[in-house]
Amino acid sequence: MSRERVLISAQEMAEQALSLSKADDCMVVVTERSEANLRWASNSLTTNGAMRSRQVAVISIVDGGQGAASGTVSRSGSPDLAELVAASEQAAHDAGPAEDAMPLIGEATSGGDWSAPPAVTGIDVFSSFAPDLGNAFGEAEAGDRLLFGFAEHIVETTYLASSTGLRLRHDQPTGRLELNGKSRDFSRSVWAGAATQDFADISASGLTAELTTKLGWSERKIDLEPGRYETLLPPSTVADLMIYMYFTGQARDADEGQTVFSKKGGGNRIGEALTEKPLTMRSDPAAAGLQAADHLVTTTSSPYASVFDNGLALPAVDWMRDGVLTNLLQTRAWAAKTDATPAPYVDNLIMEGPGGAGPSTQEMVAATERGLLLTTLWYIREVDPQTLLLTGLTRDGVFLVENGEVTGSVNNFRFNESPVDLLGRVSEIGRTQRCLPREWNDWFTRTAMPTLRIPDFNMSSVSPAS
Amino acid sequence: MPQIDTSFTDLPLGQLADAALSRARDLGCTHADLRVERIRTQDITMRDARLESATDGEDAGLAVRVVHEGTWGFAAGMALTTDEAVRLAEQAVAVSRVSAAINTDPVELAPEPAYPNATYVSAYEIDPFTVPDPDKIALLMDWSERLMSADGVEHVQSMVMLAKDQKFYADLSGTSTTQQRVRVHPALTAVAVDRSTGAFETMRTLAPPAARGWEYLTGDLVDWAQELAEIPELLREKIKAPSVEAGKYDLIVDPSNLFLTIHESIGHATELDRALGYEAAYAGTSFATLDKLGKLQYGSPLMNVTGDRNDEYGLASVGYDDEGVAAQQWDIVKDGVLVGYQLDRNMARLKGFGRSNGCAFADSPGHVPVQRMANVSLQPAPDGPTTQEMIAGVERGIYVVGDKSWSIDMQRYNFQFTGQRFYKIESGRLAGQLRDVAYQATTTDFWGSMSVVGGPSTYVLGGAFNCGKAQPGQVAAVSHGCPSALFDGVNILNTVTEGGR
Repeated sequence: MSRERVLISAQEMAEQALSLSKADDCMVVVTERSEANLRWASNSLTTNGAMRSRQVAVISIVDGGQGAASGTVSRSGSPDLAELVAASEQAAHDAGPAEDAMPLIGEATSGGDWSAPPAVTGIDVFSSFAPDLGNAFGEAEAGDRLLFGFAEHIVETTYLASSTGLRLRHDQPTGRLELNGKSRDFSRSVWAGAATQDFADISASGLTAELTTKLGWSERKIDLEPGRYETLLPPSTVADLMIYMYFTGQARDADEGQTVFSKKGGGNRIGEALTEKPLTMRSDPAAAGLQAADHLVTTTSSPYASVFDNGLALPAVDWMRDGVLTNLLQTRAWAAKTDATPAPYVDNLIMEGPGGAGPSTQEMVAATERGLLLTTLWYIREVDPQTLLLTGLTRDGVFLVENGEVTGSVNNFRFNESPVDLLGRVSEIGRTQRCLPREWNDWFTRTAMPTLRIPDFNMSSVSPAS
Repeated sequence: MPQIDTSFTDLPLGQLADAALSRARDLGCTHADLRVERIRTQDITMRDARLESATDGEDAGLAVRVVHEGTWGFAAGMALTTDEAVRLAEQAVAVSRVSAAINTDPVELAPEPAYPNATYVSAYEIDPFTVPDPDKIALLMDWSERLMSADGVEHVQSMVMLAKDQKFYADLSGTSTTQQRVRVHPALTAVAVDRSTGAFETMRTLAPPAARGWEYLTGDLVDWAQELAEIPELLREKIKAPSVEAGKYDLIVDPSNLFLTIHESIGHATELDRALGYEAAYAGTSFATLDKLGKLQYGSPLMNVTGDRNDEYGLASVGYDDEGVAAQQWDIVKDGVLVGYQLDRNMARLKGFGRSNGCAFADSPGHVPVQRMANVSLQPAPDGPTTQEMIAGVERGIYVVGDKSWSIDMQRYNFQFTGQRFYKIESGRLAGQLRDVAYQATTTDFWGSMSVVGGPSTYVLGGAFNCGKAQPGQVAAVSHGCPSALFDGVNILNTVTEGGR
């Protein structure tokens, strides 16, 4: 913890730490983070903030006797670097040989402007949005509606330096807006959300108009029993289900027989068709509007990413191509062990039919004789890892569609469904569009998904929640 | 009795407080507080008795929160200098000015006595951060190897999470508190895989996380040897167990499972910020709205639930909250009726509760305090039965042990839980494990069906490290004590049928 110590730059800190290291190899990750947020309820502010932080992680690599060993120690602010580096070296000596040991990456083809100062954000990012929101509160109040929600902007600049010569930098803006509209008695509740890089593309009035439409749809209440319904899953709901599948899709657990992607008799299901539909699920650090780091940075080893792989280029990767499982998340070490292709975690996710084209959600509604149109899913948890059966709730708008039109709003349901099973039952794929996941947006915001039509979605029981 | 580390108390805490608070006063703030926090964490994970990751982290910084012209303002930073403290006070006021455009409810705080120079240290014996890493790794390795070497265990995932929170708080009223809390959470999971069918099952240790030190792993507080020795056989039995027949069953819920049902269906439902709608867009609201206070029949008359910040080893126990309110204990459900909420000072004032019961917390120096959960616990029946006696009284039922997955709706009505193991009860006796089981209910129906509450001998303080709430997301640790209890006619699902197979 710093006392009167002056903050030195992230790059200087990284260079100093490397020069202090006596380990065989060393990596330093400095993350500069700035963020600002507004939160509101019942047409009024509740909390807000503007925060800055810095994390400095030192990863030491030493000879662990039977292979390289790694140790990570991180501190915030401006820590004593000599102490930090020494603690990291000690941690590596204490750890013993690492299963994920590989030669470190020495060359990188990407990585931004190393010498530039970190990108930052502040409360001013909302200087035009906040007054718009204030106007929206006024309109909502006049219309007897209540607005709830959250706006956040985070900018993280990550500097990765290694004793093997890496000097990589990445700026990651992450913004999100969630708007929840309710009738004054809370009996009607609807939602709209958006992911953004800078709030310049956010229109408070556009989103509140969407809420007003949906609150209008909600004036007619229809009680439906549990059961299997033809259901239109809009992009946000597809994102929440597919992110769960993405996180589950790592090779080691699959190869060890512990997931839905394990193959009977051993190995994994790569190469197997999960659906007959031409659905592709992929990640691409360069995807427009969803840009993410194009090189790996991690301070912790897991089956998703290894500290030994820091700096590894992250090309576009298909997880599923035309319905066939093509890749599972894995480190270089695990891939080497199983003769597979390394596929580290990428911080965006796209699902699409051929060319990302297809009908709009409105067109899919118009083509529905009788079915449900959902808004978001919530509290999604794994019930049975064997099939990746997930449970959760519908939230903030289940609409009955009859003869191509929304005719009212239905009670909420608890569902029990597996995203893997759903893929096999998709009957129509909509146009892919950027969307904000509801359940996962604390951790994952960069998604583009289609609306999917499922002929028999399992609504297991009624939730009286509104 | 442990002391607060001098490396924390030697920081210029008083000077930072003077700098931030006097600047805030000069800028016209009616309330201002400064927090300085240092949170040390260590996570060790292993797979198949080999170290996967050992990370040692520290998050330190300071934050200023103000009430300026009736609007909150908050700012957080890193450098522990008086210049930074002043800058944060000014920035917090600037944030309040940007926010004033969207604030329609002036902030007022319920009164609380001042506590100058107060301290609190949680009840641990061995600070886990004084234990050498090789000792920690060796212990977890030994436990993992015991499981790995057992028949039928193909994989083992092991982890221990350790945390030490140090917090200084000072406000304009003259309160200044310095606190240190320690918590530990070890857990091991054994995995069995049947290669021929592709089936797999897991079994996890049940010992809950606790506000204790390293002695929790090395002393006799938990019989680790026995717990580890039992897991392989329990797992072998589980993978061969028959699939449950869905339907209504009398359900005995062990404290190792019930704590989480309490957390989700009582703990969160009685947070006043949820009832008022502050969490409406995120964590959700509550069916237990303020108009129902003193009237809502939450459960059967056997149901008595308290909120508690004083429970000696409770993960949410503390001396003072992040608004300078002293720890308390209070009733939430009395004889089955809703009688209390969890509060912070603004809500206590707004809704006429008089005093806050001390539930305002921030999970880190960079986050604003919000209402967080106390140790919410179900009281045992003073002369209640043992779990064995309860089982003996059930003709056809299920006994569930250990938590696994959990999900509940945004108003805290409809929930669904699974567990580590489910036993069939036939004619008052356990008749082997069942597979593919989940229980699903509506909160008031479930607590209304509670027909037997276990005695003090069945009471266990369970808990979790990972309670999430608020935006930006905050994580808190919380404990829940409870006895075993019997619930009549609970809806049991077969999860394979639910999956459409």
